[in-house]
Amino acid sequence: METEEQSEGLAFHPMDQFKIQPLFNDGPIHWYTITNATLWMAVVLLCVLALFVIGTRGRAIIPSRIQSVAELGYGFVHKMVEDVTGKDGLKFFPYVFTLFCFIVFSNFLGLIPGAFTTTSHIAVTGILAVAVFLTVTIVGFVKHGTHFLGLFWVKSAPLALRPILAVIEIISYFVRPVSHSIRLAGNMMAGHAVIKVFAAFAPLILISGIGIAVTPLSILAIVAMYALEILVAFIQAYVFTILTCVYLRDALHPGH
Amino acid sequence: MEIAAAAALGKFIGAGLACIGMGGSAMGVGNVAGNFLAGALRNPSAAAGQTATLFIGIAFAEALGIFSFLVALLLMFAV
Repeated sequence: METEEQSEGLAFHPMDQFKIQPLFNDGPIHWYTITNATLWMAVVLLCVLALFVIGTRGRAIIPSRIQSVAELGYGFVHKMVEDVTGKDGLKFFPYVFTLFCFIVFSNFLGLIPGAFTTTSHIAVTGILAVAVFLTVTIVGFVKHGTHFLGLFWVKSAPLALRPILAVIEIISYFVRPVSHSIRLAGNMMAGHAVIKVFAAFAPLILISGIGIAVTPLSILAIVAMYALEILVAFIQAYVFTILTCVYLRDALHPGH
Repeated sequence: MEIAAAAALGKFIGAGLACIGMGGSAMGVGNVAGNFLAGALRNPSAAAGQTATLFIGIAFAEALGIFSFLVALLLMFAV
């Protein structure tokens, strides 16, 4: 890696921003060490708390701005759960809304230059996805018992095809937490890394003549990627939440 | 020494090849979005109710592209 950086003149490595470092003193990282990931997760929690505590304090008929934002978010996720999962899925609404708030805030706070994106780590999104997977499996077995296994035995297919479909369904069921977590982490990581790659090209004007053409282009590209990342930050939180709803629907109504 | 160099070479070539998978995912996502738009322009009143399905379809198509990105990352940093 070192030789590549020198030959291309990259001032830093695009993956350096995802490094987990202890906040106070250098040393080995234990499970209790306060790192930059811990700091930014705490910031995310404080922001979510602040939004909903301040937002619901007034409870005015004509809402203030922050109350409107809190109500919009609540209504948005509530409608999503009701539409996708159905009326009986609404008892999972607090869980889904918690997931949505955590992911949307960590995605957006990660976009602040210099900030650390907690959702860019598979360790973080993996825990979220495995929690969803376990919830869905446990709910499915508690509500339907062994009938939940009917999810893998497609009744509408011809009998000869059913064993093959069962294998495919079982694989796709167990791949769910993998794709669920990697989708969020991969999107966050890739977008931030692309911004960093363009940022590494931006100071080229200081070292070589070709920079006169490259520097404005790369600054333009950073701005464009940043705008795209704002969109992606929201869409990925939305996708994670709606897939949670879809999986919950499978657990509550495994028949269809 | 030469074996290490060959391993590094294979790593970089493999990571580059893994990125071809992203092209397939791009076609998939484009297909989903294009077909949604084609359907939505025929019946705009039904389009609003199907945006959730659109995003689910995009997410499933995109997941496989993310897998190839993951393979590239594993080759670059883990192997």
